Amino acid sequence: MLRYLIRRLLLTLPVLLGVATLVFSLIHLVPGDPAQSMLGDAASPQEVAALRERLGLDRPLAVQYGHFMAGLVRGDLGTSLRYGTPVVGEIEARVPRTAELAVAAMTVAICLAIPLGIVAAVYRDTIVDHAAMTVALAGISMPNFWLGPLLAILFAVKLGWLPVSGTGDWTHLVLPAATLGAALAAILARMTRASVLEELRELYVMAARARGVSRARAVLRHAFRNSLIPVVTIIGLQLGAVLTGTIITETIFAWPGVGRLLIQAINFRDYPLVQGCILFISVTYVGMNLITDLVYGWLDPRIRYE
Amino acid sequence: MARAGAFIVGLAALVALTASWIAPYDPAAQALALRLQGPTAAHLFGLDELGRDILSRVIYGARVSLFVGVSVVSVSSIVGTVVGATAGYFRGWIDDGISRLIDVLMAFPGILLAIALVAVLGPSLGNVVLALSTIGWVGYARLVRGVAMRTRELDYVQAARALGARPARILARHVIPTALPTVAVQATLGMAGAIIAEAALSFLGLGVQPPTPSWGTMLDAGRSHLFDAPHLTIFPGLSIALLVLGFNFLGDRLRDRIDPRTARESTP
Repeated sequence: MLRYLIRRLLLTLPVLLGVATLVFSLIHLVPGDPAQSMLGDAASPQEVAALRERLGLDRPLAVQYGHFMAGLVRGDLGTSLRYGTPVVGEIEARVPRTAELAVAAMTVAICLAIPLGIVAAVYRDTIVDHAAMTVALAGISMPNFWLGPLLAILFAVKLGWLPVSGTGDWTHLVLPAATLGAALAAILARMTRASVLEELRELYVMAARARGVSRARAVLRHAFRNSLIPVVTIIGLQLGAVLTGTIITETIFAWPGVGRLLIQAINFRDYPLVQGCILFISVTYVGMNLITDLVYGWLDPRIRYE
Repeated sequence: MARAGAFIVGLAALVALTASWIAPYDPAAQALALRLQGPTAAHLFGLDELGRDILSRVIYGARVSLFVGVSVVSVSSIVGTVVGATAGYFRGWIDDGISRLIDVLMAFPGILLAIALVAVLGPSLGNVVLALSTIGWVGYARLVRGVAMRTRELDYVQAARALGARPARILARHVIPTALPTVAVQATLGMAGAIIAEAALSFLGLGVQPPTPSWGTMLDAGRSHLFDAPHLTIFPGLSIALLVLGFNFLGDRLRDRIDPRTARESTP
């Protein structure tokens, strides 16, 4: 396991380097002069020159790259143009909100999908199964930027049960979490169903049934536990989708997390903040993939020797 | 399901092609006095925040969605197939280099990279296609690389090589055709992905710019009118969901035909 761990960690290094390089090059892809673009057309040449100097854009590319990388190592991502504060601080202030939303969405998805998938598998090819899988298919096909407003229209506007957007008590979290969790719930429900059906065909389940174990008990005590491994993998693989999904969900519900910060930074052409947010989200994504791989290697030893 | 998928996709293509004839109104014509009016016999889907006919805008919006889908899928699948086949066939340092690039791009969440690219390049239809193709080719390349690695060892490819066929000919005549069915499945599902991604970018204000009618932009406008005019949100969203569902049905069916093993697990 230790060798697998070290090898997997070493494989992550070039990926992180690649991600950092990509984020560094972003500002140089801005058509024309990035400093002019950030300040707008009204800015005087002196102001533009001052900003160029402050961002180090007047120095050779190699020096800029070295400076950027050195900053990363120290945990320094530069200063936000709009807020005038360190980018790291702005991101740090919003991480708890994004984490809260992501955890709530995962919880909603898992609590909905696993029972739904099991029920669909147990009552295979009945109306219950078809209904559950149709709901799941709708969940996959429905983009979250449509589902979110629809949920808001129904539960906030028509029924008045929940707030439309913003933050406050737990009720503010319900709609964003449901919006973000829906696609994951749909994928998980389909996966759970397929996985439970697969296990139900195994000999040990049939043996249990032959001994007179009830169908429900055979599923819950025997088949379900073994069918969990692929389900856990899917949860791990979907963490990334949940993370990027926060960008849209936070924008819909004015949820003050990192995703919304990114979109606001883009609108203000606050490129240092844009770079910081993108770096943060992608490094978290890489980290979550790494953890999923490690957990999977731990669960299934065959992976380690591949 | 496949038939329903083909019907939806066919209908959307027809609507997009004949938009200028079938749209009841000019999609940009404003009737400010009637702004936000709900569905009526004259305006089946109602009017938007500037008094424009939503049905006409949904009809024209199909053009944007399908244009982005077709462009992104064409560029991505061609680039990905050529790059993947080259890497898988030649192996060695070419493969190492391409595989590292694929690893880095795969490690990057796709939509985030698209957002990043459009954020710096500026929002426009062309940049959306560019950004989505930049992330899109990777999936095809990885797929085709795998097929090419298997194919290069097969007897008929070895025979072609022994007969003196040049690598370009072997790739074009033997390796790439073997990968085409897999690419076709990926392309069909890729249409759904590209359409959602375009709508998402436009929804975030990073895609197609007004006044061009795009379903994503229309949804973005609807967000400020959830209380007084929910029809702004309902119809464009329904169009996106239906078209995406259509491509997913088609793609699933294609995959089942190419690889019957997956048919067993597919849901009703």
